[in-house]
Amino acid sequence: MTALLATENLSMHFGGVRAVNGVSLAIAEGELRCLIGPNGAGKSTFFKCLTGQYKPTAGRIRFRGRDVTGYDSFAIARLGVGIKTQVPSLFDGLDVMESVLLALRRRHNEAIARSRALAVLDRLGIAALVRHEVGRLGHGQRQLVELAMVVAPEPDLIILDEPTAGMSVEETARTAELIRELNRRHAIVVVEHDMQFIRAIAKTVTVFHQGYVLMEDSAERVLADPRVRDVYLGKAVGPAGPEQP
Amino acid sequence: MIRRFPWAEIVVALLLAAISAWALPRLLPLYLLINATIYVSMAVLALSLAFVWGFGGILCFGQTAFFGLGGYTYAVAALNLTGTSWAVPIAVAVPALFAALLGYLMFFGRVGNIYVGVITFAVTLILFNFANSTAGAQWHIGAAPLGGFNGIPSTPPLNVPGEPGNALAPEEIFGVAAISLALSYVICKLLLHSRFGRAAVAVKENETRAELLGYDVRLYKLGVFAIGGAIAGLAGMLFANCVFVSPTMFSLFYAAQVIIWVMVGGLGTLVGPMLGAIVLQMLTAWAGTLKDVSPNLILGVILMAAVLVIPRGILPTATEAAARLGRRGAAR
Amino acid sequence: MDLAFAVFLQVATGVATLLIISLGLAVIFGMMRVINLAHGEFLMLGAYSAIISVRAGLNIWLAMLVVAPIVVGAIGAAVERVLIRGLYGRVLDTMLATWGLSLALIGIVTMIFGDSVSGFSAPLGSIAIGGYRSSSYGLFLIGAAIVLLCGTWAVLRLTPAGLIARGTMQNAEMAAALGVSPGRVYAATFTAGAAISGLAGALIAPFSGVVPTMGTLYIARAFITVLTGGAAMLAGTLSASALLGSVSTLGTYFTTPVLGEVIMLVVAVLLLRLLPQGITGRFFRRAL
Repeated sequence: MTALLATENLSMHFGGVRAVNGVSLAIAEGELRCLIGPNGAGKSTFFKCLTGQYKPTAGRIRFRGRDVTGYDSFAIARLGVGIKTQVPSLFDGLDVMESVLLALRRRHNEAIARSRALAVLDRLGIAALVRHEVGRLGHGQRQLVELAMVVAPEPDLIILDEPTAGMSVEETARTAELIRELNRRHAIVVVEHDMQFIRAIAKTVTVFHQGYVLMEDSAERVLADPRVRDVYLGKAVGPAGPEQP
Repeated sequence: MIRRFPWAEIVVALLLAAISAWALPRLLPLYLLINATIYVSMAVLALSLAFVWGFGGILCFGQTAFFGLGGYTYAVAALNLTGTSWAVPIAVAVPALFAALLGYLMFFGRVGNIYVGVITFAVTLILFNFANSTAGAQWHIGAAPLGGFNGIPSTPPLNVPGEPGNALAPEEIFGVAAISLALSYVICKLLLHSRFGRAAVAVKENETRAELLGYDVRLYKLGVFAIGGAIAGLAGMLFANCVFVSPTMFSLFYAAQVIIWVMVGGLGTLVGPMLGAIVLQMLTAWAGTLKDVSPNLILGVILMAAVLVIPRGILPTATEAAARLGRRGAAR
Repeated sequence: MDLAFAVFLQVATGVATLLIISLGLAVIFGMMRVINLAHGEFLMLGAYSAIISVRAGLNIWLAMLVVAPIVVGAIGAAVERVLIRGLYGRVLDTMLATWGLSLALIGIVTMIFGDSVSGFSAPLGSIAIGGYRSSSYGLFLIGAAIVLLCGTWAVLRLTPAGLIARGTMQNAEMAAALGVSPGRVYAATFTAGAAISGLAGALIAPFSGVVPTMGTLYIARAFITVLTGGAAMLAGTLSASALLGSVSTLGTYFTTPVLGEVIMLVVAVLLLRLLPQGITGRFFRRAL
């Protein structure tokens, strides 16, 4: 079976810095995958390659087998990929309804778009905010509005960059729950470095280290692995794991 | 903030245009009426930048490039064809196409917004220098001499569509200008209400998010820029009808004025810049009667003051102040 | 052969002129990210300082090489203090404010000196290359461009002040944490950029003519050059001047000066489509 999303030897170099170095991974339909690693491991650069914000130096990205390497962000989004950035990226001057409508109106007419938007806002528990201006909302609500925009067009795949950044323990737990809930309908890739969060989600985890894939396994085994602990504590670990035996 | 269909605005705009087209020619002496026509053409120019900058978020410092191009195209086409019936659509189309080409090179090259400002600035400046250098008999397009520094004094006035010999009187040209302004405003309003316009505003609000939602940001910017070019071309055509075309239309003096009108009138509104254009034109005309002070100096001081004192424009600042007062009142 | 050499000399002079008129702008933009739309008027003020000093009986070399940069540098320092300082980080506002300044300076100079063209002749005669005559002043300009470029490079690269300036350009907060006052560095940089522009204005005055609006003839070219050059200010200005100066001089040679400028703009805009980050965004990235 073709993977939903696959990268083949993906590399991104900035001058002499090899931020992402030959990463190959495959996400299956309906999967929930966490990409973790300490700061500077190359997760965010990898994220930006997937979303078309960076054009990779080498390697391929395939979506349902189709080569989408070097596509612009909008083209990737149109294939059915929902993208949530680390810092909420929103339309501050518009209200919540208008924002979600923008996500839907490219494909649906006004009436359908409105009812779908309401359904999504309801599902995320922010239906009461429809008329509020996005720029005046609090941090947590902004996160949810962005998520509503991402989820509304029913994407096959959702890519989230550090969704729990700046959140309290309680909020983190709620977000993990929400992501598991979303996973019933969409495949999800989450880029994170918060270990508590990974534990809460507990699915397949890919560990990045210095631009390589260090290992890829179930959450319990990754969390128990001494190499991962070393990486997080800053000990030097060479490239290893299934990709580089 | 509910986005309803802008019926009221459209009706008011058309009514105002019809009333002033009927009344002003009866009230004003001829020279004032011609001045009024100039102000209205400038208001159309201000509207074009208000649309491009305020709603498309495109920093165009050279809106006068399309204004001048519209004027020159009109004059050249009118002198070469019999009558002005075709010169008008050509005068709108050429600047729009030029804007589309320039926009393609800038936006598809994903040039940063500040650079767009510098490039458009350079473009209008170079057109100014170029138009100034076209003195002499060898510079002509068909039957139209370009005239260098002097421009084309023989710019013909509009005629009744389809009747080349039947030129419009200044009173009628004022009517055409007033209705053009109202129609341009209505078109901008309708565009902003449409799918295209809302997406364009979204692009202005947050380019990255719009792109991540699947909107091709480059196309929306290109569309807004080309429409702005068309409206500025229309303004140039109207201006050419009250004065005549000359390189001044491209000058940095005019280019700066348009920016000031939009800033003072309020970035992010359409009505503010149009009013700004008319009011500030009147002030400039008055300042022109002060013999010892250079208009450049006055304009420069206004621009610096506008940046230092009211960075967001008078209308939004005033509206916000009013809203704040209202809220305070309601809280009591 | 002689013709080829004469044309080459012409092109080299064109490149040198472009480099001279763009360098002050490049320094201010490259170091401070401030786009100074009054750059053309700084050139104009340099030209006026020189011509007034010459008329007052000063030696022409002193007037051009000493008085002009000092006067315009001083004006630049004042402008930085009054207008620019409050607007750091607000790129758009700075552009608009300097645009206002540009118009105001044209207005003031027109009110004081009138708007008629004056000028002074090139201080050197001409040289013969085979059957062609070329102005020795052109050769002087080429030399001046080389000296200016190397001088700026040396100041930035080899002096302690240059190191402080480069550090601040890279990371103003870090520099401040190390005890450098970014405000003073910016003030000094703006003054230096203005002084270079003043010198440039005086250098081009002999062949451009001196009018209040002379800046508008040069500023478009200067902007296009700096933009095309990209991030690295010296390498960028040099490479863009070399490319665009050649294009516009050859364009001028075969058509007219203004068409030469139009051709240069077209080339620059096409180039921007290919290299949106400018020449040095793609090549010579590590250069200064």
